[in-house]
Amino acid sequence: MSLWKIAWRSMQQRALASTLTGLSMALGVALVVSVLVVYSVISQSFTKGAQGFDLIVGAKGGKLQLVLNTVYHLSTPVENIPYSYYKKFITTGPGNFRPDVGVAIPCCLGDNYRDFRVVGTTPQMFEIEYAPGQPYRFSSGRNFEPEHFFEAVVGAVAARETGLKVGDAFKPTHGVTGNTGHTHDPFTVAGILAPTGTPNDRALFVNIEGFYLLANHAKPVPHETEHEHGHAADHAAHEHTSRDHKTAAAAVDAGHAHDEHAHDDHEHGEHEHAEHDEHGHDHEHGHSHAPLPENQREVTAILVRAANQFVSPDLYNQINEGQVAQAVYPALEITKLFQGIVGNVERILLVLAGLVIVVAGLGILVSIYNSMSDRRRDIAVMRALGAERRTVLTIVLLESILLALAGGVAGFVLGHVLIGALSPQIVAQTGVAIGLFAFDQYELMLVPLLIVLAAAAGFLPGLAAYRTDVAKVLSTSP
Amino acid sequence: MLLLREVKKTFSEPDGNRLTVLDIASFELAAGEQVLLMGQSGSGKTTLLHVIAGISRPDSGSVAIAGTDITQLSEAAGDRFRAQHLGYIFQTFNLLAGFSAVENVLLGMSFAGRRPDAARAKELLSRVGLGHRLTHKPAALSVGEQQRVAVARALINRPKLLLADEPTANVDARNQQQIVELIRQTCREENISLLMVSHWPQLAEQFERVEHLDQFNQAAVAA
Repeated sequence: MSLWKIAWRSMQQRALASTLTGLSMALGVALVVSVLVVYSVISQSFTKGAQGFDLIVGAKGGKLQLVLNTVYHLSTPVENIPYSYYKKFITTGPGNFRPDVGVAIPCCLGDNYRDFRVVGTTPQMFEIEYAPGQPYRFSSGRNFEPEHFFEAVVGAVAARETGLKVGDAFKPTHGVTGNTGHTHDPFTVAGILAPTGTPNDRALFVNIEGFYLLANHAKPVPHETEHEHGHAADHAAHEHTSRDHKTAAAAVDAGHAHDEHAHDDHEHGEHEHAEHDEHGHDHEHGHSHAPLPENQREVTAILVRAANQFVSPDLYNQINEGQVAQAVYPALEITKLFQGIVGNVERILLVLAGLVIVVAGLGILVSIYNSMSDRRRDIAVMRALGAERRTVLTIVLLESILLALAGGVAGFVLGHVLIGALSPQIVAQTGVAIGLFAFDQYELMLVPLLIVLAAAAGFLPGLAAYRTDVAKVLSTSP
Repeated sequence: MLLLREVKKTFSEPDGNRLTVLDIASFELAAGEQVLLMGQSGSGKTTLLHVIAGISRPDSGSVAIAGTDITQLSEAAGDRFRAQHLGYIFQTFNLLAGFSAVENVLLGMSFAGRRPDAARAKELLSRVGLGHRLTHKPAALSVGEQQRVAVARALINRPKLLLADEPTANVDARNQQQIVELIRQTCREENISLLMVSHWPQLAEQFERVEHLDQFNQAAVAA
């Protein structure tokens, strides 16, 4: 009979105490597994979100804020930068960045729909891979068309939470959260994204051309300049009116008056558009919309992928040395965030979970040590049968290790079942998908750690077994 | 097979004095021989068995078993020697409660550095009449059955010497004779030397050689 089996039988003999001790160990391990997996998946998800782009260009200000609100749809947007600056990324010419840029995608922020961020962008956003080898896929519908100004693509979580389906219309609300701002004209859902496990699951993406045409989204320009744009005159007038209202807020109840006025302008200036509004239709067929003149456009950020494998230092320096914008490395900012804040939280959680495991280890020590008085005779008998001192010590250590490993395995399963059970809520709250079998490599380190802890916990009772006076114990009545 | 020379064993008393329990000039047991060792309570019978088994070390003297002086072995080597060459039957059986009958028997093999021989364990249990109780735990066995398991465990390694310490003290009269006969018969069949300690007077008639510890243990004589 192997020493493992002898140790196992000893555990079985004290089934209740062993079960309770193993359970406490299981809870500790489940906690550690949960922390490790959740942190790992969130970290990967954030990294995945950042990996899509090499640089984020936006107004000068907080670097992390720029990354968070642009890629992760968190925090509040920074100021805007001129559209003409964006053009430097997509057109060639003196002083332009085009040669160093592979892809540059504009983003306009500032609206939400039922607390999900609405991002004005171009269809190109979904024509690239969000992570290496992982292109965007549509669970239904398609990407929005450049010429369909009021089309939208909805992230998987946002679609599920809002109930939006392909063909549905939704009206963004001004402001990045809440429902306090005025309601814009509707967009029609052209496609629903398949889950990506990135923050984009929790956003709605609208055609940037439609976004520009919404009330309050045009940059105010001098009156004379405005009239130079022929076809866009109605819109320009509308926006001008809006801005006038805005800037004259001291004289008029700007918000309310502006809203009414803006919509009135829309109805008068854009007949077809107005008809859609009145009948609750979408704007998909509103081809008569003229794009907003470029001098009235701004972008919140530009998501950049370098033309080559690495971002040219010249590109980075040139942007940051200029007066208009800043360029940040999203991966670097996220790494700093994780190391600086999230990493500390993880460390604290791991320390707490580790303490639970240590307490469970002490539980093993107490449990086995308390049983030693009952088992002294068994140990003496084994010694009388020829077991060496180190053999009985080993048996006690093996029992301790078995308890820890059994608890560890139970905790591993419990932790993953817990994560699997909470996965839908985590996805709904954060957009980060964590599967039942999400695994962190550091979980493997738990095995040697548990063995060392168990050996330490079993050493004291093992020593008691080692020191058993066989003749004395056998000479006493059982 | 067994040869004791000038064996002395003392214990500390609470007052600091040493109490001599064994003082044996010489004691021999031939291979295959069966000896009944009798003596009053406290005469040192169990201590003598412990010394012979190597469980307890004598203060002086030698204990040779099959030519090996176990007092010269290290403790670990003595343990291994005991596991391989000695069988021990306790008065109180000392079966491990968490183990089945067959596991208790196999336990005797676990420390002898031999591969577990489940077939021999079952064969021995069948020989002592427990072929149908192999997987029963000690609590599910009668007192007589428990002692039979203890007998099988002591014989599992084919020892050269079997030490039996009052093996019938806790069993009823019907079982007493059966167990003694079982031990003696098995020892004869496997050519195992037997040193049995007992209070039971009727046994004296059954053994060819009966020794009284009081007569050759000078410590007992002095007491």
